[in-house]
Amino acid sequence: METYDRLPIEPGLQRKHSVSIRRWFRSGDPWIWLSATAVGVSIVAVVGLITLIAWKGLAHFWPADVHTIEYHDEWDEYVLVGEIAQRESISRDLYQEFNPSDTELPPGSVRRWMMKTGNRKVNAPDFRWIDVHLIESKIQDPNMVVFERSEWGNAYGTIVELRESGQTIAVDDLWSELKRRVQRASSLRNTSEKLQKRSIDQINYQLERLRLQQRKRELRGNFETADLNTKQSELIQEYELHEQSLREIDEKLQRDQVVIRIANGSESIIELRDIEHLWRPNSMSFLSKFGHYVSTIWNFLTQDSREANTEGGIFPALFGTILMVILMSVLVTPFGVIAAVYLREYARQGTLVRLIRIAVNNLAGVPSIVYGVFGLGFFVYLIGGTIDDLFFEAAKPAPTFGTPGLIWASLTLALLTVPVVIVSTEEGLTRIPSALREGSLALGATKAETLFKVVMPMASPAMLTGVILAIARAAGEVAPLMLVGVVKLAPSLPIDGNFPFLHLDRKFMHLGFHIYDVGFQSPNVDAVRPLVFATALLLILIIIVLNLTAILLRNRLEARYREALQ
Amino acid sequence: MELPDSDISLNVVNLSLSYADKPALQNITMKIPKQRVTALIGPSGCGKSTLIRCFNRMNDLIDSVSVTGRIELNKLDIHDKNVDVAQLRRQVGMVFQRPNPFPKSIEENVAYGLRLTKEVPKSELESRVEWALKSAALWDEVKDRLKDTALGLSGGQQQRLVIARAIAVQPSVLLLDEPASALDPISTLKIEELIAELKTQYTIAIVTHNMQQAARVSDFTAFLYLGELIEFNNTRTIFTNPRQEKTEDYVSGRYG
Ligand SMILES: Nc1ncnc2c1ncn2[C@@H]1O[C@H](COP(=O)(O)OP(=O)(O)OP(=O)(O)O)[C@@H](O)[C@H]1O
Ligand SMILES: [Mg+2]
Repeated sequence: METYDRLPIEPGLQRKHSVSIRRWFRSGDPWIWLSATAVGVSIVAVVGLITLIAWKGLAHFWPADVHTIEYHDEWDEYVLVGEIAQRESISRDLYQEFNPSDTELPPGSVRRWMMKTGNRKVNAPDFRWIDVHLIESKIQDPNMVVFERSEWGNAYGTIVELRESGQTIAVDDLWSELKRRVQRASSLRNTSEKLQKRSIDQINYQLERLRLQQRKRELRGNFETADLNTKQSELIQEYELHEQSLREIDEKLQRDQVVIRIANGSESIIELRDIEHLWRPNSMSFLSKFGHYVSTIWNFLTQDSREANTEGGIFPALFGTILMVILMSVLVTPFGVIAAVYLREYARQGTLVRLIRIAVNNLAGVPSIVYGVFGLGFFVYLIGGTIDDLFFEAAKPAPTFGTPGLIWASLTLALLTVPVVIVSTEEGLTRIPSALREGSLALGATKAETLFKVVMPMASPAMLTGVILAIARAAGEVAPLMLVGVVKLAPSLPIDGNFPFLHLDRKFMHLGFHIYDVGFQSPNVDAVRPLVFATALLLILIIIVLNLTAILLRNRLEARYREALQ
Repeated sequence: MELPDSDISLNVVNLSLSYADKPALQNITMKIPKQRVTALIGPSGCGKSTLIRCFNRMNDLIDSVSVTGRIELNKLDIHDKNVDVAQLRRQVGMVFQRPNPFPKSIEENVAYGLRLTKEVPKSELESRVEWALKSAALWDEVKDRLKDTALGLSGGQQQRLVIARAIAVQPSVLLLDEPASALDPISTLKIEELIAELKTQYTIAIVTHNMQQAARVSDFTAFLYLGELIEFNNTRTIFTNPRQEKTEDYVSGRYG
């Protein structure tokens, strides 16, 4: 080892340099810088990622201006009406490779816009790339209306006339009249949906239960069905009444139509019953655009999806995700805590316990799809199948619990996350000073009393830390869920007004799977891309919110016990 | 030093204890009299804490400990199979070397032992807490903040709080392991006064390193050295006229 005292005697530049670097290294500064850089990069990456997702996802809901664009290429002239969905620049060389004959190319790189032109029913590809330098004129017609339809996506056009039962209506202010009539149609549609959901589904549910009851009796050798039959016919009568009123509403709904002129100059008819929303972005003020923006986002969060998930909201997936995570936490917490308490407090600390601990730690590293397979084989087929055999004989051959469902998904994820709960609870238990345990025992408390009154409350922050980690892991997990309960489209929510209200056997929707399904399984990639970002953003936000809640809770508890733990 | 049996609270006969293979106590035989203060003195590591932890079977918690010999509390063998350890510890209260209040409110700390059994009805809990805090000379300082956390008390107050906690369940024996080791002179004085007062009702065994303290508060003194009981006698005799040379060396401060 060189000592610094000798430096002045050998003043060679090289040497001085290497020594000062060595000294710098020995001081520890480089490591501080290295970790600071790593932290910085991570923060930038996280913030950047969330910003990108938020930007791409949230911009979609803004009521963009609708442009009427005239442009030409070497063959023809076109008129396009639509929103600018995406802008990009490509290099000149690339452009010329594909368009060798384009002579009007201005200097610089080539700008292109992707236009969302809607009207899918009429002009097939509803997204189209255009080269900006070929545009001849671009205007924003203040009368241009965007129709969000329940099928076939958006329509863009100007109003030509309104029709009631095929007759043209003579009014001056077509726009307000149209809005009023759309309002009427949508409230009629709401009534019809409510009737469908509340009454008819309920009757169906009861009819199904009657059928099961009858089947149950048959299995017991009881063929007495008179009382069931009367109930059944009552229900069917009621059903027919509802059907009748549904038909009446339906007729009313068919009354109105609007005729619009679309980009190519032709006219097109839209049934008012098909219109979800309509707006005139080109004549909206910033404030009304903002109002529209907020309400669109709200609808996105609170409505069912339509058109194979490519339109509408994501409420069922949002609901399913949160419910599943909550159920998972409810299952994993007691299980993990009890296991940890046994391992740490009661089991004799020997080789066996050490082996179990190693096994638990390794469980956390098993690929999640393996848990899915296990869940399907063990929970769904074995346990679920047994439950069906024992309690749901009547429903057979249709499985009740012997098929993927909410409870099995929650259990599978609970199994997947139980190691983290065990590990952090054990850590918390070891941190409790033995002086406090002795203090409790010396007052005549038994071991169990000491555990419940002193040790567990003090270890609760550690338990919560475990649950936080479990939630963080579970909320983002998709692969195992595909095997044990998540579906692309669930017919009903797992909670509803029919007894027993929480239906653990039902299949459910999940944001993570929704992202996969919308992003990679839908034919119209351009249309759904913003939805993928918006859904991803929501999933991230949910995880952040769930985590923050648990972290705040833990910090409050920790503050209470901090002094005692030191 | 002969005492009638009825005046003996703890009777220790031939007690030996070892941690794994390391002997910590050897053949201790002593009688701790009722409603008197017995001081345990001796150099650090001689086994004082180990000995008093035997009296409420606190050493059961340490797996490596093995004990031989007998300890009787009011003539009953405390190692008997039928003895409920929790019950025993309720009779033999203990205050540890370092104050260890629970991270609960002052009131909850004192009521802790009471809530474990149904002996004291809920309605009397409050008055019992007040009584215990008064007995421990802490009431006046904390009566306005009973609901505050006990961790906010000073070290001396915490020590008196754990004493209050121990006497709240009204044990017959109170074991104090250096209760004043971390305290300032005023708090120490308060605790010594407290001991003098408590001895009218309780049998007290106190471990201390402070010779003056032992001389001031105790009626009897036991001197331990390397796990052996060297001498056990009236405090006055131990300090003025010890029979053993080692005792004399120790109490006169020649080593230890
Ligand atoms: N849990 C334990 N495991 C092993 N050895 C122990 C344990 N507790 C105490 N000992 C040993 O037993 C002997 C007596 O310890 P003890 O704590 O009873 O001494 P002490 O007289 O109370 O000392 P001090 O005055 O410093 O508190 C010491 O040698 C100590 O190292
Ligand atoms: Mg000690």
